[in-house]
Amino acid sequence: MADLVSLREGVAELVSDGDSVALEGFTHLIPFAAGHEVLRQGRRELELIRMTPDVLYDQMIGMGAARRLVFSYGGNPGVGSLHRFRDAIEHGWPRPLELEEHSHAGMANRYAAGAADLPFAVMRGYLGTDLVAYTTVAPITCPFTGEQLVAVPALRPDVAIVHAQEADRQGNVQLWGIPGVQKEAVLGAHRSLITVERIVDELEPRPGGIVIPGWVIDAVAEAPGGSRPSYSLGITDRDNDFYREWDRVSRERETFLEWMSRHVLSEEVAWH
Amino acid sequence: MALRTAEVTSGEVQTVVAARRLRHARRVFIGVGRPSTAAILARMVHNPELVLVYESGTIGAKPFHIPLSIGDGELAETADAIVSVPEMFNYWIGPGRIDVAFLGAAQIDRYANLNSTVIGEYPHPKTRLPGAGGAPEIASSCGEVVVIAPHSKRTFVEKLDFVSTVGHGHGPGCREHLGFRGAGPTAVITDLGVLEPHPESKQLVLTCVHEGVEVEKVRDETGWELEVVSDLQVTEPPTGEELAALRELVSR
Repeated sequence: MADLVSLREGVAELVSDGDSVALEGFTHLIPFAAGHEVLRQGRRELELIRMTPDVLYDQMIGMGAARRLVFSYGGNPGVGSLHRFRDAIEHGWPRPLELEEHSHAGMANRYAAGAADLPFAVMRGYLGTDLVAYTTVAPITCPFTGEQLVAVPALRPDVAIVHAQEADRQGNVQLWGIPGVQKEAVLGAHRSLITVERIVDELEPRPGGIVIPGWVIDAVAEAPGGSRPSYSLGITDRDNDFYREWDRVSRERETFLEWMSRHVLSEEVAWH
Repeated sequence: MALRTAEVTSGEVQTVVAARRLRHARRVFIGVGRPSTAAILARMVHNPELVLVYESGTIGAKPFHIPLSIGDGELAETADAIVSVPEMFNYWIGPGRIDVAFLGAAQIDRYANLNSTVIGEYPHPKTRLPGAGGAPEIASSCGEVVVIAPHSKRTFVEKLDFVSTVGHGHGPGCREHLGFRGAGPTAVITDLGVLEPHPESKQLVLTCVHEGVEVEKVRDETGWELEVVSDLQVTEPPTGEELAALRELVSR
């Protein structure tokens, strides 16, 4: 059974300097509130893992919290570049960022192997691309047919942090809408924190709902609106204007730092 | 409704041509931007049964608005099915269940290989681009790939800075050698015309220009010696119906 904690307690308990941390959510249910709490607690030297480092990781990278990034697509969806991500890679600001880059299929399979506690996943992919020379993949031959395939190593983050719509008082979590790789990230990680829009007495079954039993989760924290400017289907809407606005805010280092200090780091905006 | 060609932008022509390409497709894989607009337009005008599949896991989405992200709420709310990312790649894309995939790129070469990773050297790039995302496995597995790109020397290059996604590789037999399933790129739709791989050499050749575009202009904007087919076609201009539907869609 998961502990019901405050967001501050959950992050303090589960995330340490130097950890590999996966904050997942594929355009939907992105755990912004939790990522911001990690920044407020001043965690450093993190290995950040995420298929699509969008605005949240742009913020974490721009604040210098990451030494390494494991990812497959680093853009502001539908808008353009992630300027802080680019600045870190192109100019080493505010610090150099080590990269491990994959394709989406590769990352998804790595998470699935982690959830299954297998050492690697087998897939068709990567062949013929220049990525092979710069990332961790290896050729493997099918023992039954002889087909040439590719192996990708399992992802086993120290901590997975995801956001969901609701949890009950035993810490059972339900999420619905686009499920991304959240379940795989939680099952593959050594520790897990799930933030939810609300705590309810009883989970009401939803079409396509995924329930993650509380006994595979370490901590659940209530964080209403905790996925904004991403969204929690049925509860909050995606703030597309914010994603467009981020392009302007993040373009220059100064405006970025000023924005972060006012909207993320300030005690007044902190969760309890 | 009478509309003169002069009023139509090259971007609108590109979108209309891409939508026509989906007239007989059953299932199309799309990202955001022009590909998404073209696919929604195709459902409105040519092919109401067309199944739209987005990387976010939404299968059979029926968006009324053009989505900003591949995971907008409207895609999830209107989808026939919503699946996880591992399921999307392992059960739907990998086995070749999608007929047509629309892809974009920052650079494309004569064999329709794509770069969406870096400009410059990978370890110290001049410009860091978003990365491959789903494209490598989409391009190796889907029935065919249609590339949608702006036509300029910056994009149509002699040599890619980085091969993110294999189109026809080094030429004939390359896809088969790599064990790829689909046919690979069958068309590159630009704001100037349409390029298609030569059936034997697999090199992109110019098969169609949009109305009012000179062949010399297309050659000038291509970073390699572009060949032109002898029976070069001219794009049929957008019809009043296509244009009205497109503009109505964009204004929603």
